[in-house]
Amino acid sequence: MSDHDIALTVNGRRMTSRAEARTTLVDFLRDNLNLTGTHVGCEHGVCGACSVIMDGRPVRSCLIYAVMADGAEITTVEGLEGSDGALSPLQDAFWETHAMQCGYCTPGMLIAATALLARNPDPTEHEIRDAIGGNLCRCTGYVQIVEAVQIAARAMREAG
Amino acid sequence: MDDATGYVPREFKYVSHKRRVKEDRRFITGRGRYAADVRLPGMKHVAMVSSPYPCAWIKGVDASAALALPGVHYVLTGEELFAHTNPLLAGVDVPGVKRTPLAYRKARYAGEWVAAVCADSRALAEDAAELVEVEYEPLPFVIDPEESLKPDAPRVHEDHDSNVFFHRKWVWGDVEGDFARAARELSFRARWSRCSTVPIETFVAVADWDAGQEVMQIWASIQMPKYPEQIARALRIPANAVNVHYDIDVGGSYGQKRGIRQTIVAGYLSRRLGCPVRFIEDRLENMSGGDAHGPDRIFDMQVAFDDDGTIRSLRIRATDDCGCYPGRAPLQLGKPVGAIVGPYRIGSAEYEAISVSTNKTSQEAVRGFGQSPTNFAIETAVDKVARALGMDREEIRRRNLIGADEFPWKIPSGSEYDSGDYLAVLDKVKAASNYKVLVARRDALRAEGKLAGIGLSTCLEPSGGNSSFEPLFNPKNDTTTWMESVQIRVDMTGAVTAMINTSSSGQGHQTLVSLVVGEELGRDPDSIRVIHSESLAALPSNSPVGSRMAIMMGGAATGAAKKIRDRVMEIAAHNFQLPVERLVYAGGNVSVDGDPSRTLTWEQIVDTAHRKYHDMPLGAEPGLQSIYTWEVPTGGALPNADGTCQMYPCYSFEAHIPLVSVDPETGRIEILEYYIGHDCGTVISPDIVRGMTFGGIAHGIGAAMYEKFEFDPESGQHLTGSFMDYLMPSAHEVPDVTMVKHFTPSPLTPMGQKGSGESGYLGGPAALASAVNDALEPLGLEITTLPMRVRDMEALLAARTK
Ligand code: FES
Ligand code: FES
Repeated sequence: MSDHDIALTVNGRRMTSRAEARTTLVDFLRDNLNLTGTHVGCEHGVCGACSVIMDGRPVRSCLIYAVMADGAEITTVEGLEGSDGALSPLQDAFWETHAMQCGYCTPGMLIAATALLARNPDPTEHEIRDAIGGNLCRCTGYVQIVEAVQIAARAMREAG
Repeated sequence: MDDATGYVPREFKYVSHKRRVKEDRRFITGRGRYAADVRLPGMKHVAMVSSPYPCAWIKGVDASAALALPGVHYVLTGEELFAHTNPLLAGVDVPGVKRTPLAYRKARYAGEWVAAVCADSRALAEDAAELVEVEYEPLPFVIDPEESLKPDAPRVHEDHDSNVFFHRKWVWGDVEGDFARAARELSFRARWSRCSTVPIETFVAVADWDAGQEVMQIWASIQMPKYPEQIARALRIPANAVNVHYDIDVGGSYGQKRGIRQTIVAGYLSRRLGCPVRFIEDRLENMSGGDAHGPDRIFDMQVAFDDDGTIRSLRIRATDDCGCYPGRAPLQLGKPVGAIVGPYRIGSAEYEAISVSTNKTSQEAVRGFGQSPTNFAIETAVDKVARALGMDREEIRRRNLIGADEFPWKIPSGSEYDSGDYLAVLDKVKAASNYKVLVARRDALRAEGKLAGIGLSTCLEPSGGNSSFEPLFNPKNDTTTWMESVQIRVDMTGAVTAMINTSSSGQGHQTLVSLVVGEELGRDPDSIRVIHSESLAALPSNSPVGSRMAIMMGGAATGAAKKIRDRVMEIAAHNFQLPVERLVYAGGNVSVDGDPSRTLTWEQIVDTAHRKYHDMPLGAEPGLQSIYTWEVPTGGALPNADGTCQMYPCYSFEAHIPLVSVDPETGRIEILEYYIGHDCGTVISPDIVRGMTFGGIAHGIGAAMYEKFEFDPESGQHLTGSFMDYLMPSAHEVPDVTMVKHFTPSPLTPMGQKGSGESGYLGGPAALASAVNDALEPLGLEITTLPMRVRDMEALLAARTK
């Protein structure tokens, strides 16, 4: 297996490491860059636990090889807090409604919802369910997650 | 004196109030720490070699090609592991049946782990696993549970005299007489198919044998009682040479994370190779070879009733396909004994429980431990009685539900229900659903030519976990102790730290204990730290099984906090030179009753306890700490010879009302509205109870409409090893749910709490089946098999048009 140097910008910081061509982006983030906030549920693109934002779009990092992400800009759950450590409105709303239990799907859910609110500041319930529809949560039944996204959207609109 | 027992009504300052959940902060910032996040220097990785045959002798394993790959360190066979470890504990002892982490001499299901490869990386271990050559001699196999019961069926375990792991029939009350006296009876078959909890995190175990300390360090995504002891027993080391780190966050379990086999493989390899070893199941390993499967049941039901709708008696025969090893599966037939007549005033019952093995993946514990399938069967029976009498489904329930003034109520199988107000919950959920409008909406849909139906289920959630099914099903096991412990330490600054003794898989135990301790001590829960112990420092616990932690961990927290309070009062009394009865405790401070100017503050008393022995009562223990271990209320008794026993202490109740439509062409079911009325006594954290209930409903939607582990009867192959074949509900399939609460305190717990960890799941599938049957009624069709997948519904509808 050939090794490759991979350089990408993760959560605003430039990072480099060497990995085999077959290394997935999620393994690269977790094992090479030690960013273990992004989780692995299925490794075949269904559960969404591995979601990250790559060049502005939510993607499943288990379906992308790290070499394909060379040069990309990535946001993971570790990058959602403000530079001052303040929670993002979505993080805060997830906490407010208790939009999780075991927390395992939560990073992926936050990523999916962050991407949604970036492109649609005033989503309907249907649009929210659509945006998180590719992320499985076995704990919550989604009700409090939908509530959280609604609360965050309102807070963000009010804050302008 | 038992400090934790007995409910006294009171106003709560923190408990029952909306407050943020402590655990959530680390999860929303990506700072949870799961077993897969544990990385140790020099750590090696495991991948499994799985059997391609549902049944085969293992004639030999050739690992040479695998070991020739650079970076591959070891190939562990079932033969070697068997020689150096003890077989695993079984739920019931079955002669001639041994359960081992890797198949020993014979593979008994397709996907069973036959060998484990250990390498520098997981990818390398997977490459090498493909190079391991196993020589098999395929054997006849059996997939269908009823086929498996036949005398000439292929034997799953050749040293056992049949494929039956457990078979017993109990008769409680005058069943025969009640059937004879009843005006009518009906019988039917209901089918609950093999599905499970399927957490998004697979099972992960990290083992590190510390040869210096001679301790096996374990980090694992575990939810299981007596895990360290089971590891020690299997690895043949003392239990105090096993240290399980309970501070690992577990990515969901709902009963299922019982990875003892995975742990033994990792632990053995770590000791053998002298390095840390991590095994992360991939999804296929989890779904086919792991502990992924759940109850798989055929119910043969008979019900005796009168023309006025009174249900007199029930006969239930449950044939459960437990797969190939007796893990927790036979016992999952046992818990329903504690609620065998549901929430109804049914005077007698017969229960025949059959646990049969097949060449399938073993069954492990699933949320509700067999109660949800049983509730589905009972509720189907009640609906059928209503239909037979032309009576409304609600009316029949009203006539049979136990009344609020009838508690404690003893059911024929011996368990006493603690409290409840079932009719009030039913009224509330009906009101919330705006029932008349709901009916009008259903009828409007029908008028448009659609199939639409309203469902109703009224179900119990036995909670608290006496686990009397253990001695009931396995008389050799005379366990009646099901305790939980909490330790509290007040340090010299006055800060409070509580310690719990199990891992958490999303139940919010830190929040639970901080609220209860905060309430009892009058200290702000946000200021209370709750830590998970490691097993070498742990007090007795039985882990969060059986919907027991609000009751048991909550009760232990009350007990430990009251001990602290008593010590504080004694120290204050000594310093005031007054009897304790003359003092009042408020928020940690102690004042003389009627004279607030004479107050000792929390800080002063804590300081005295830690530093001023000269101000302490004579002979007092220095410092301020307590331990409380609580036995489950109503526990401590072995079952009687006739099988009657107290199964669980507390009974939560739920009533579900969904509205569904069924596409007459494709059979697709859509849930249009969903209401639940729920009563789990005093709610400690409202957000947590809401979440558990919504999550349980979603899980129930999966069991009712989507999820099934399928095996090909011809080849014996497991067909649903990925999320592409085993479908779980997403936010598209799970509707918004309206929940209404009712609070009937349990008289058995300090705050009146009952369990809620299984809520939603225990009545959801029954309610959805009820709704679909209501939708199908105009066509004269009925479905009593779950799941009601599109293809199942399509087949049902197509059969009619033929
Ligand atoms: S782990 Fe990537 S989608 Fe499941
Ligand atoms: S919070 Fe556990 S899977 Fe979503």
